[in-house]
Amino acid sequence: MSAVTWARLVPRGQWGPAIVAMLIGAFLLTFLAVPVAKVVFVAFQNPSTGDFTLLNFSDFFNTSLFRESFWNSFYVASMSVVVATAIALPLAYITTRFNFGGAAIIQTLGIIPLIMPPFVGAVAMQLLFGGNGSVNLLLDDYFGFTIPFMEGLNGVIFVQSIHYFPFILINLSASLANIDRSMEEAALSLGASGMRLFRRVVFPLGMPGYIAGASLVFLKVFDDLGTPLLLNVNNMLAPQAYLRISSVGISDPMGYVISVILVVFSLFSLWVSFLAMKGKDYATTQKGGGGLMRRDLSTMEKLGCYALILFILLVVLSPHIGLTLLSFGTIWSFSVLPDGFTFDHYLEMYNSAGQFIKNTLLYAGLAGLIDVIFGTAIAYVVWRTGIAGRKALDFLAMAALAVPGVVLGIGYLRAFYQVDLPFGGGSLASFWLIIVIALSVRRLPYALRACVAALQQVSVSLEEAAENLGATKWGTVRRIVVPLMGGGILAGFVTSFATAAVELSATIMLVSNEADAPLAYGIYVFMQSAAGRGSGAALGIVAVLVVAIGTYASHKIIERTKNQQAMD
Amino acid sequence: MRLPSSRLTKIFSGLVLAGGVALSPLTAMAQDQKLVIVTSFPSDLTKVFKDAFEKEYPATKLEILKKSTSSGIKYVQETAGNNQSDLFWASAPDAFEVLKGDNLLQEYRSRVDGIPDKVGAFPINDPDGYYKGFAAAGYGFMWNTRYMKAKGLPEPKEWEDLRKPVYHGHLGMSAPSRSGTTHLTVETILQGKGWDEGWKVLKDMSGNFKTITERSFGVPDGVNSGNFGVGIVIDFFGLSSKGAGFPVEFRYPTVTTLVPANIGVIKNAPNPEAAGKFIDFLLSEKGQELLLDPKIRRLPVNPAIYAKAPADFPNPFKDSSIGAALKFDLDQSKERYNLVNSLFDVMITYRMEDLQEATAKIQELEAALAETPNDQAGSMLVLAKKLVAQVPITEAQSLDKDFAAIFTKKRKKATDTVTGRQAEVEQEWDTFTVNNYRKATEVAEKALDLL
Repeated sequence: MSAVTWARLVPRGQWGPAIVAMLIGAFLLTFLAVPVAKVVFVAFQNPSTGDFTLLNFSDFFNTSLFRESFWNSFYVASMSVVVATAIALPLAYITTRFNFGGAAIIQTLGIIPLIMPPFVGAVAMQLLFGGNGSVNLLLDDYFGFTIPFMEGLNGVIFVQSIHYFPFILINLSASLANIDRSMEEAALSLGASGMRLFRRVVFPLGMPGYIAGASLVFLKVFDDLGTPLLLNVNNMLAPQAYLRISSVGISDPMGYVISVILVVFSLFSLWVSFLAMKGKDYATTQKGGGGLMRRDLSTMEKLGCYALILFILLVVLSPHIGLTLLSFGTIWSFSVLPDGFTFDHYLEMYNSAGQFIKNTLLYAGLAGLIDVIFGTAIAYVVWRTGIAGRKALDFLAMAALAVPGVVLGIGYLRAFYQVDLPFGGGSLASFWLIIVIALSVRRLPYALRACVAALQQVSVSLEEAAENLGATKWGTVRRIVVPLMGGGILAGFVTSFATAAVELSATIMLVSNEADAPLAYGIYVFMQSAAGRGSGAALGIVAVLVVAIGTYASHKIIERTKNQQAMD
Repeated sequence: MRLPSSRLTKIFSGLVLAGGVALSPLTAMAQDQKLVIVTSFPSDLTKVFKDAFEKEYPATKLEILKKSTSSGIKYVQETAGNNQSDLFWASAPDAFEVLKGDNLLQEYRSRVDGIPDKVGAFPINDPDGYYKGFAAAGYGFMWNTRYMKAKGLPEPKEWEDLRKPVYHGHLGMSAPSRSGTTHLTVETILQGKGWDEGWKVLKDMSGNFKTITERSFGVPDGVNSGNFGVGIVIDFFGLSSKGAGFPVEFRYPTVTTLVPANIGVIKNAPNPEAAGKFIDFLLSEKGQELLLDPKIRRLPVNPAIYAKAPADFPNPFKDSSIGAALKFDLDQSKERYNLVNSLFDVMITYRMEDLQEATAKIQELEAALAETPNDQAGSMLVLAKKLVAQVPITEAQSLDKDFAAIFTKKRKKATDTVTGRQAEVEQEWDTFTVNNYRKATEVAEKALDLL
């Protein structure tokens, strides 16, 4: 290619970002596109002859069960966004808007639902809210009726909203905290207040974070597998794909077709969320006194807020309450509480926990790190450069969201099992670093959305100013852009780390050695026991604690750096 | 834009690899012998055997890789090109048949004596020597005694009992496509009662389901926690839940199958001798006795061990009623394995709500008829029941190799062709089934209006 065409693809002075973009692109092609293509290929293959065909897709649309599954998935994902918003909005608003004790704890608690593997959460919620769970047994005893919390699609929506609302909470809080208070002051001085201020100024300015979070919830719920499976709801797309791909001996292409549909539809909804944001400028130039004005609450207001937050937290943390009871309980069967309490389960899991924890911290930490580095880089390339194909890079990274973990796992085995490591290290697919790569690819979209939202709030004029003053591009990114994105990057790291720590679907295909296994795998193994799931629950509690402490610590660290910056 | 992407990809993956190797701990060096076992068994079982085996052979370390049976098969298939696993250890004989059929197992002749050829009507070992039975398992149902008492339900004794209206909404089972052991249960009922009658029993039972669980483990879990009252399970789920102290009971119905749970050496195993040692240990008296552990509770295949079992432990070598009523045809089961799973999924798993609704209406009509007999409504009841029971294909079709091949097709060579598409056939079945369930509900409603 001649120099002229290259110059058209890469605008002047953007060679650095272009090379970074190419490296990341190569990584994503190797560890996302190629493995998935190996699996997806089957969707376009005539099962009888092996030729290329679109027949499988016409079969998909001709099958009423699949059409029904598609609508169910769509309905559940949309409703989950609604319910998750209802949970996240008050928490985010109260903690960023008012002087309110314990905001950091609430923010940390807002992360905790994410760090429970969905299958574990559903087990615990079944014990509390199931047809014969604690709540319904009590209701039946005292009032003679029960509520089908966990039945059918509504059960899925219930569990999903509780599990995924932190996506909205984290991104929205970061976004609200970034709003320039002068905007609010201006609105106030012009006479807006209360709901009007919120509706017309605060919420619109927090929009990038909200859309980032809401689109994650939508996409995540749309192709989440664990929850519908645990609630035994089959008539949704992801379970249909999984059930068909993983059944013994079936080489039915429909599972693969559904995977392709999941990917395509997820990309489509992503594109819609892009459109919603298009042509709107959310950046504000002043960053010094970041965050909304914090108002003091009257005592009554404070009590009201505490009551609301406590209620939300109680519902949201119910899986953890259930899990704690299970981990200390002896026998829990058709009763409100376990028959007795014991430490035995903790003793039983004690020996194996250390290795699982070490692996999880290592894997999820590395994956989170890779994700924020890539996320920041991609966000910058997409929103700040004119490099050709930058949108494609963004889409490629986001596509990971739409790839079911099992598909990625099988794809890795297919693509890398024959690749031998140098120096007799065995196969690449059975090497522990492949788990890290799978986790980072799967979690990249979370970090990326957070980074993009953060970058959208950093005004280009700040960069231009730095460059006009003689800073290099790299210097600008390092000294101006990344520090201003700090909160968003942390949010991205935390979501990636916390969710990678409990990822199971891809890792279960890739664990080839128990010594390399992470916590979620350990919990899964411990939970599969007819003799009781106490030790699995104990391991689950350990997982929650480990990740919660990590999350809380990183909040503290970022707060300290913020304070230091303010003092400088 | 055209990028030299494949080259970049190579360079980049090279870099990643080099970095990875530098990070990797040097574990591959001088070490004890390692034995890798791919298994579907819970850690309650594997831990007991791992500890005992490592005590007996301190130089060999056991590496347990836990996968569900189906993902275990996938794993062995996908990794065959560079196999690192030694043994496959799971319940369902069908799974071993799949691996054997794919030429992924290697023969092993054990030197342990004291194990008979058959348990019930089933041969314990693969006649070709590719896998060995180490424990027997039968199928039946378990129930939660607290649940039954609270809801005033009687204890079930036979499959037929589970069809009764009193159990509506109280049963649970796993889908046969998800669980090798449930597949055997379904096939047992189909073979024991005949194709049409078998499906009728299955649908009547399924109409009473509260849920169909995604994994076989979901069933004991549901019964233990009291989510539903009665679960259709493999015996050790019931026996070990009871052993762990849950308020549950287990029973074999007359029509059941006793099949061996198996172990086999994977082709090109890195450590074939150690693998052999483990199999022999499993079959030795010491190994067999471990099966009686309260958390395991599987039936040993060595009859002598039962002398050491707890008082109420079933003994298939003494109690000839367990599994004797049926001569299970493994070939037939294998032949239509995927077809039966698919049919069950289309008619029952995926259309659970429609089936439950039709069943509830029919049961309501039946109860109303018992109070006020009415000939016209009576004949409508017969029609509604017939509509629900109808199966879109006959037994002969299910055993037609060409037809069954639609569900198992695996093109080995590019020139192989198979006719018919699974999705197309399933859509036909689905339309047929949904229409029938809807019509049955309507007929039952109309009949109720007459009363």
